[in-house]
Amino acid sequence: MCPASPPPPAIEFLGAGFRTPDGRPILRELTLSVRNGETLVLLGRSGAGKTTALKLINRLIEPSEGEVRVEGRSTLAWDPIALRRRIGYVIQEVGLFPHFTVARNVALVPHLEGWPAAKIRGRVDELLRMVGLDPGRFADRLPRELSGGQRQRVGVARALAADPPILLMDEPFGALDALTRTELQREFRALEERLGKTVVFVTHDLAEAMRLATRIGLVEDARLAGVYSPNEFLRSADPLPAAYVAAFRGEEER
Amino acid sequence: MNLWTVLIENGHLILTLTGEHLWLVGASMAIALAIGIPAGILLARRPRFRPPVLGTASAIETIPSLALFGFLLSVPWIEQRADRQAITALALYALLPIIQNTYSAIAGVDPAVREAARAMGMTRNQILRQVELPLALPVIIGGVRVATVLTVGIATIAPAIGAGGLGELIFRGIAMVDNNLILAGAIPAALLALAADFLLGGLERRLRRAR
Repeated sequence: MCPASPPPPAIEFLGAGFRTPDGRPILRELTLSVRNGETLVLLGRSGAGKTTALKLINRLIEPSEGEVRVEGRSTLAWDPIALRRRIGYVIQEVGLFPHFTVARNVALVPHLEGWPAAKIRGRVDELLRMVGLDPGRFADRLPRELSGGQRQRVGVARALAADPPILLMDEPFGALDALTRTELQREFRALEERLGKTVVFVTHDLAEAMRLATRIGLVEDARLAGVYSPNEFLRSADPLPAAYVAAFRGEEER
Repeated sequence: MNLWTVLIENGHLILTLTGEHLWLVGASMAIALAIGIPAGILLARRPRFRPPVLGTASAIETIPSLALFGFLLSVPWIEQRADRQAITALALYALLPIIQNTYSAIAGVDPAVREAARAMGMTRNQILRQVELPLALPVIIGGVRVATVLTVGIATIAPAIGAGGLGELIFRGIAMVDNNLILAGAIPAALLALAADFLLGGLERRLRRAR
């Protein structure tokens, strides 16, 4: 008997790259492991390739080279539907179904998974409370009857609905006003500490990265420029993180 | 004889002809929907089919209706009965607004919504049935409304090939130089078109409000 091998990392990029059909590289040779239960923030400019890396994880796109593994198995070996139902996904535009009530939006994946109605109802109430929305007031509303921050809360609740071990978040708080954004970041951090999901979080905002990250993966020009803990990032002498920190400080002093 | 007398004297005939008219419009719309909605969905998915399909459907619109009825006289099975010819021709005219609206409504669904649907692990079929079609429905109904009003009007030519309908009275009135007889066919036909427009327009508005 061999000793039990340690569980594979939640997500592994092994030389993963992506090119557009006309051959333009969007992401090159990304090699990176995301540990179980950590929040890895991919930080970088718009168009650096962060979102592409995220979409490789739930196979919204497939790698042109290399491999992405989820729970030790190549995404190409997963049934894409089964893979995506194990991975929650929250995007900046939220993408709530405008013709579904809040409750139906949140119940989407449990419904697809064929949960019994009573269990779905209980879960929806639980989730809405978890993201700070009173089920009695919000369950039957349509997305357009909510504020931006409320919609984003519903988006988080929907992503968590079937209790997926992995959560992907693509600038989820980017379109919110500063106050609401900070509030949601704080609540999300508390939620994450309680739930212990493996989170990959994309942002271009250093402050957000510092608030949420276990580790920060810095992405620049289609490549991973380095991986840092928030503390290492602040103190790093590498030019790129230093530039981020300088720009951030400059902004604070203004 | 004034119009009222003509309408009352021909009351029974008008009802029968209205029934025929509704049959022509109803059957042709059923065929046009059965072809047009799947075609529109296909076009939303496969851009390269758009030019040939929309081009053909537009070209059909430009064929004068009398000529189209005539062409169909030589098509096997269809030529056996006059109403088959009329229904086929009307269905062809109804295709363009249905295909065009279905395709543009589905292609116009918010990409963020579609991406979220895929990312939640919905299959293509589930996305179509639960997301794309419900969101596209008001615009599709708008196309059905245009197509219905169009076919109610064109169907008044059907008597030219012996397919009946309210045009019967219009043709008879023209032959007898009797304006009241023409109106006895034209007014109910116009009312049918208005009713279709009103009902489908109401449905469209209700669906839009529910979004």
